[in-house]
Amino acid sequence: MLFGSLIIVILIFAIEAILAKQLITSALWLAGVSALCSVLFFLCGAQLVAVVELSVGAGLVTVLFVFAISVAGDDTLDATPVPPRSLIAILVAFFILLMGWFIMPISSSPVSAISNPPLAEVLWQERGLDLIVQVVLIFSGVLGLLGLLAEIKPPLDASMAGEVGAHRQRDLHALESQISNSQEAGQ
Amino acid sequence: MSLSLFSIAFIGVIGLLGIGFYGLMICRNLIKIVIALQILVKAALLGLIAAGNLNGQINLSQSMALTVIVADTIVAVMGIALGVQIRRRIGTLDVHELSSLKG
Repeated sequence: MLFGSLIIVILIFAIEAILAKQLITSALWLAGVSALCSVLFFLCGAQLVAVVELSVGAGLVTVLFVFAISVAGDDTLDATPVPPRSLIAILVAFFILLMGWFIMPISSSPVSAISNPPLAEVLWQERGLDLIVQVVLIFSGVLGLLGLLAEIKPPLDASMAGEVGAHRQRDLHALESQISNSQEAGQ
Repeated sequence: MSLSLFSIAFIGVIGLLGIGFYGLMICRNLIKIVIALQILVKAALLGLIAAGNLNGQINLSQSMALTVIVADTIVAVMGIALGVQIRRRIGTLDVHELSSLKG
């Protein structure tokens, strides 16, 4: 009963996230979907994934969305979709029927429990390659983000030494004019 | 007709996938598209965990789900950063306008 009602609330939150008129509202509905999904994971017995989903999915990603929306701003949310809505609805209905046809027979025949080694063994020994890929992904993601968010500076007019020399000359001129002004004021 | 726990979970998976695909097709805002992608990944995660529970191999599905969460977060971060840069340079987040740009 709890499981079913959670699923219904998650679906309602997801629909609201898609149909919301403001991006910030949409991001908050998505955070709700993440939080409720983590409760579902906990009920399914996946405690570790529930914790990570709650902290990353509902926390970090939401903060990033709010940051991006505050930088980029809301626009074009009322724009009509390029393909007609009726075509989209038909495609989605067909897709849901197809998925139901494939997935629902599986759920009616649970498999008896096979060997279930502890999580640490699975994570560090059997899925070791996954961990390496995750580390590479995180590094590439951070580097890509730094590259994308970096401000682009205009190219230098002269060489680096020339730029520094010109800057010092300007400072020197400013200092000299300041001194001469103060001497004139003293006289 | 009484549905089992897994049937309910798989109904949720199908529903979330449908909503995510609908969002991907209907939205023209880049950030909204990333939000629709996030909903799709939530469906995949729920399916993975439910299948692991059904199979009696919840630990294996947990380790796979962790990989999916990391990859999904990186995708979201890159999508958001691309959106912010496109907004700064071109001044719009509408994918239809972006695809009709020439030159």
